[in-house]
Amino acid sequence: MERKTKVHAEDGKQELQITREFDLPVELLFKAHADPEIFEQWMSHEYGTTKVLKLESKNHGSWQFQTKDPQGNVVFGANGVFHEFVLDRKITRTFEMENTPFDVQLEFLEFEKLTDETSKLNMHIVYKSVALRDQILKMPFASGLNMAHNRLQDIVSKLK
Amino acid sequence: MDLRRDVFQAIADPTRRAIIALVALQAMTPSAIAENFDSSRQTISKHIQILTECELLKQEQTGREIYYHFNPKKMKEIADFIEPFRNLWDDRFNKLEAIMKKYKSKK
Repeated sequence: MERKTKVHAEDGKQELQITREFDLPVELLFKAHADPEIFEQWMSHEYGTTKVLKLESKNHGSWQFQTKDPQGNVVFGANGVFHEFVLDRKITRTFEMENTPFDVQLEFLEFEKLTDETSKLNMHIVYKSVALRDQILKMPFASGLNMAHNRLQDIVSKLK
Repeated sequence: MDLRRDVFQAIADPTRRAIIALVALQAMTPSAIAENFDSSRQTISKHIQILTECELLKQEQTGREIYYHFNPKKMKEIADFIEPFRNLWDDRFNKLEAIMKKYKSKK
């Protein structure tokens, strides 16, 4: 199957772009990011159930979610604030992985209407440094998969 | 054999990516890996075998146990790092799309 999601990361830059076209009206694409129950569904997988602890969909609101493995251990947690929350158009937020030494990242999500039934998401992520961006990309799948915090801490301290 | 393509095929599967994520953090025995999944031991063994064949995992004998290590040399270019990251987001977004299509037809 063709991968519809594109990731653009230039060498030596501390940012990356993720773009994806959806076979969905832009309102529904946006809703999937703003509605806690829907967000939980698409951020869960067979080895982890995601629970939204907080999702204040407004300017200066904050958010937090946790992913637990089938045994109930928290394997991933993240939180941040919405700097800007513009219905059906834009979300500017910070993203911080909990219990990791990784510095917070800044994310710009732009929701674009293509036709009545299709839309596009453009995510622009800015990291504190080039090294941090590369490290997060090199940690396989650091941004959300099955990841016990203490183990993550271990491996990252070894990398330093 | 096109090894590079095999690496990409290996990491296209979400369970195999999860296995790499676990082992990258800490060398693990096959049974310790399998405990993290609902799938059968046999299924997980098959995944481990594929990852070992394309050298993403390395075996090491420690006493009576076999431990699996992650072999980052197989993913050394930035493009290689991006591929699993892209797959992760692609899986998520595919799921989002499927959920919202259902949501739309319910309304």
